[in-house]
Amino acid sequence: MSGYSSYEPKSGFEKWLDSRLPIVRLGYDTFIFPTPRNLNYWWTFGGILAVMLMSQIITGVILAMHYVPHVDMAYDSIQHINRDVNFGWLLQPMHAVGASMMFLAVYIHMFRGIYYGSYKAPREVLWIVGMAIYLLMMATGFMGYVLPWGQMSFWGATVITNLFSAIPFVGDAITSWLWGGFAVGDPTLNRFFSLHFLLPFLILGLVILHVWALHVPGNNNPTGISVKDVEKDTLSFHPYYTVKDAFAIVVFLMVFAAFVFFMPDALGHPDNFIRANPLVTPAEIVPEWYYLPFYAMLRAIPDKLGGVITMFGAIALLFVLPWLDTSKVRSMRYRPLAKLFFLIFVLACIGLGWCGANSPMAMVFVTGTDAATGEPTGFSFLWLARILTLYYYAFFLLILPILGLVEKPKPRPQSIEQSVLGKGEA
Amino acid sequence: MSSSASTSAQEPTRRDFIYIMTGAVGAVGAGLYAWPLIDQMNPAADTKALSTIEVDMAGVEEGQQIIVKWQGKPVFIRHRTKKEIDEARAVDAASLRDPQTDDQRLVPDMNGNLQPQYLVMIGICTHLGCVPIGDGAGDYDGWFCPCHGSQYDSSGRIRKGPAPKNLPLPPYKYLSNTLIKIG
Repeated sequence: MSGYSSYEPKSGFEKWLDSRLPIVRLGYDTFIFPTPRNLNYWWTFGGILAVMLMSQIITGVILAMHYVPHVDMAYDSIQHINRDVNFGWLLQPMHAVGASMMFLAVYIHMFRGIYYGSYKAPREVLWIVGMAIYLLMMATGFMGYVLPWGQMSFWGATVITNLFSAIPFVGDAITSWLWGGFAVGDPTLNRFFSLHFLLPFLILGLVILHVWALHVPGNNNPTGISVKDVEKDTLSFHPYYTVKDAFAIVVFLMVFAAFVFFMPDALGHPDNFIRANPLVTPAEIVPEWYYLPFYAMLRAIPDKLGGVITMFGAIALLFVLPWLDTSKVRSMRYRPLAKLFFLIFVLACIGLGWCGANSPMAMVFVTGTDAATGEPTGFSFLWLARILTLYYYAFFLLILPILGLVEKPKPRPQSIEQSVLGKGEA
Repeated sequence: MSSSASTSAQEPTRRDFIYIMTGAVGAVGAGLYAWPLIDQMNPAADTKALSTIEVDMAGVEEGQQIIVKWQGKPVFIRHRTKKEIDEARAVDAASLRDPQTDDQRLVPDMNGNLQPQYLVMIGICTHLGCVPIGDGAGDYDGWFCPCHGSQYDSSGRIRKGPAPKNLPLPPYKYLSNTLIKIG
């Protein structure tokens, strides 16, 4: 896509076209591209995400043909799709489960990037474009979840839009502007539908930039060592990695299919099968699973603005990660301490998700009973969430900056080829 | 600018003036173009027109709460018990997160008297917009928000949890002893 090109037009027509619109060259260079020969299966999630994005766009455009964005009809139109539209029973769960699957893949993709240092020079912009994609995915997923107009849709929309009311002075004006009224209502549903349709195409545009930014420095790899000898260290993306990616995609689609066919609503919430009611809040509001860690952070802080800042700050940190990690060694394979802290970080993220799914007042474990009220006492999810939020922030702001200066990395192989063939393994 | 600098060293030229004027007019034009695109998202005229309702509170029994919808928002009308009024009055307002006395939470009727038994509030938690559960819920005989655990007392004042403000009061006035007009 940029710089490196091994395309040689063969026929007269290809030569003619190549000097006018080099579109065949673009496609050729995207797939015939030197790729480190040691990529493992953690590197297949980019391809998986590309497939899932296309699946979401196709099913989404189709669902929009049958869905009605009106407060009186939205809920019924989802039932209509699931019961009456030909193959609607397949297409609606494909889209809803597909969103979860995309987040599953993107989280693995991001953890892989952190573990192998894929955000480090010269791939900072590649990483930041990826984060922008993730941010847009969150906005798209949120607005999509509002469209069925069940109780969780409505109250999720209410809570998330109210986050903006925490902004000093202009907060209330902004929320009213977002709603198009004095509360979440018909104007809100309509604009969310419009934006939910638009954003995936912006994501697609950013994905093109992401792939472009990938093609300038080329792929990182599990050793984190740069390619030194293209002949010895790399393989062509096609057919070697198209085949490897295709195998991973098939395995991933099997998991996807298992949800779509056997438990299409398992990842949703039962309350979303109740029509939206602006006068009754469900006993507990929980977002979709992929937002739970951030929701736990929001609830961990006993102050409205502070909670909102903590939550958005957690995402903002990811954008500046390339400049927070001071280590020159990319891959944590050769960083024994970083590897340990990374493992705790992954567990902290999962733990925050667990906190987000539970009431802050509920107990992780019970140590006794309050003598006065008879209620159980012990270690609450609120405090677990606070500890894990602290670790999340410390990982980025303390551990990664300091570790790069004090940690002694293990010896690395001389080259990618050596790491694969084992000759002179250090 | 660079081309003008090469011809005359100090004096601003006509060309500089034209550059700046063009830029300024362009910026104003871009703003004028953008504003309708932004403002269309604010509440429409028909949404704003649905602004007032009248409610007769005579049917609300002591210890009971009704919820009416005003501008798409739930409004709580609670007929408070003597105990709830006494508890609300006993609190030192200065010690509260959002200091307000119970009297400041009420609106005088036509004769200028307060009717402390009727408490009228917008039933939206000031944290993130959920509808709190009433009927003496929570530790302060008031309201409890199920979303993030904010607790309001029997005057609708924030006492515990993440919400920053008391439950807001809608603009309303008494038309008779029990009839009010909200909005």
